[in-house]
Amino acid sequence: MTAANERYKLNKELAQMLKGGVIMDVTTPEQAHIAEEAGACAVMALERIPADIRAAGGVSRMSDPKMIRGIQEAVSIPVMAKCRIGHFVEAQVLEAIEIDYIDESEVLSPADDVYHINKRSFKVPFVCGAKDLGEALRRINEGASMIRTKGEPGTGDIVQAVRHMRKMNSEIQKLTSMREDELFEAAKVLQVPYDLVQYVHDNGRLPVVNFAAGGVATPADAALMMQLGAEGVFVGSGIFKSGNPAKRAASIVKAVTNYTDAKLIAELSADLGEAMVGINEQEIALLMAERGK
Amino acid sequence: MKIGVLALQGAFAEHEKVLEQLGAECIELRQDRDLSEPYDALVLPGGESTVQGKLLKELGMFDTIKSQIQNGMPVLATCAGAILLAETIDGQIKGQPEQYFGTIPMCIRRNAYGRQLGSFHTEAQVAGIGTVPMTFIRAPYIASVGDGVEVLAVVEERIVGVKHKNQMAFSFHPELDPDVRIHKAFLKMI
Repeated sequence: MTAANERYKLNKELAQMLKGGVIMDVTTPEQAHIAEEAGACAVMALERIPADIRAAGGVSRMSDPKMIRGIQEAVSIPVMAKCRIGHFVEAQVLEAIEIDYIDESEVLSPADDVYHINKRSFKVPFVCGAKDLGEALRRINEGASMIRTKGEPGTGDIVQAVRHMRKMNSEIQKLTSMREDELFEAAKVLQVPYDLVQYVHDNGRLPVVNFAAGGVATPADAALMMQLGAEGVFVGSGIFKSGNPAKRAASIVKAVTNYTDAKLIAELSADLGEAMVGINEQEIALLMAERGK
Repeated sequence: MKIGVLALQGAFAEHEKVLEQLGAECIELRQDRDLSEPYDALVLPGGESTVQGKLLKELGMFDTIKSQIQNGMPVLATCAGAILLAETIDGQIKGQPEQYFGTIPMCIRRNAYGRQLGSFHTEAQVAGIGTVPMTFIRAPYIASVGDGVEVLAVVEERIVGVKHKNQMAFSFHPELDPDVRIHKAFLKMI
């Protein structure tokens, strides 16, 4: 195996270790500490959570490396951080400070409206958002070693994450049931390389771990995404925009572990205080999921 | 032969796949009531030890599993699982527990090879098995061992595999590579 292939395999394997877990957005070392105590399997360090980015408007960028370092020192779990779509220098900076995973994210303002980062040229792993199978496989072809649904970040509205997960699953099922000779046309329609299409056809799943993200606000939301086939969950604004972040975070973690146990999820959903204020998709001017296809 | 696989978080499905390939039956342990099912041996998989350790306690599983281990049930622990078994954990961040099960007299160092850029793959000897592929993901290593702990594997002068009575612990992930000999050796302990 070449060194680059071996590194890619190790990066996919780190995502495997995160499965069944909850990755939480944090903006300070204190929040990172609360997240780890609550059972987060990783934290996403960013300057402002998506709900605030949405409220503030303007251009949103990679976070201050000093802030990220502070978070790296505060916890023992993996630390992820976001860079703008196509901004490979932000990605280089994050690699230089030894981030554990880079999220090339539609939550930040895109830096390039045509090209994504060539993630194959990095040693650190990347996670990318996708709203259908074509997007997911294109990101994987560019070198992403983990995929998440885009959902609609900062809304507390689960509808788009559900839509993206269902779409991806139904497209995977469709590929799985195709004849071998139909796969060439499928690759053309999906605008992805044939070998990735063949992998999905043979294995009935993406070649990398697939998490849910964008709009998860309650333990039931998280369990819903797990029952729909997510292998873990990102929670952004849902935790630190709610009334009792520590309790809500811990409840979401337990709901992800026991996502089919309705009785337990009922207990976990009780007395959580106020959930984040949700915005419906019809009420928002900016659809982040439309960034980067 | 039934194996209880701790399925709170992490790479438990990978262990199940290998064990089922070897003819064992697996049950997933996700909460206290799962522990009343009969099983002959226990797997503590990789993942995040802070998450698993916390959920073990909060889902009411900790005491039962600890006494199963102390009463001699065979255990295979990898990466985070090895941290759960260690008597002492080095490099703790303030507020993290000093130990979890603490059933192997050894000191383990968490994230001992650094962050993800320090993750690596190699091959080395495991005592009684031979040369096996080893995948280390943000792995710990065992800084020191106490009485009665047999060292099974050493990579670059660091201990990465031990056996203590009924427990085998590795800081790498045998479940991620196609070589199944470590899982075979584990099943032989039953």
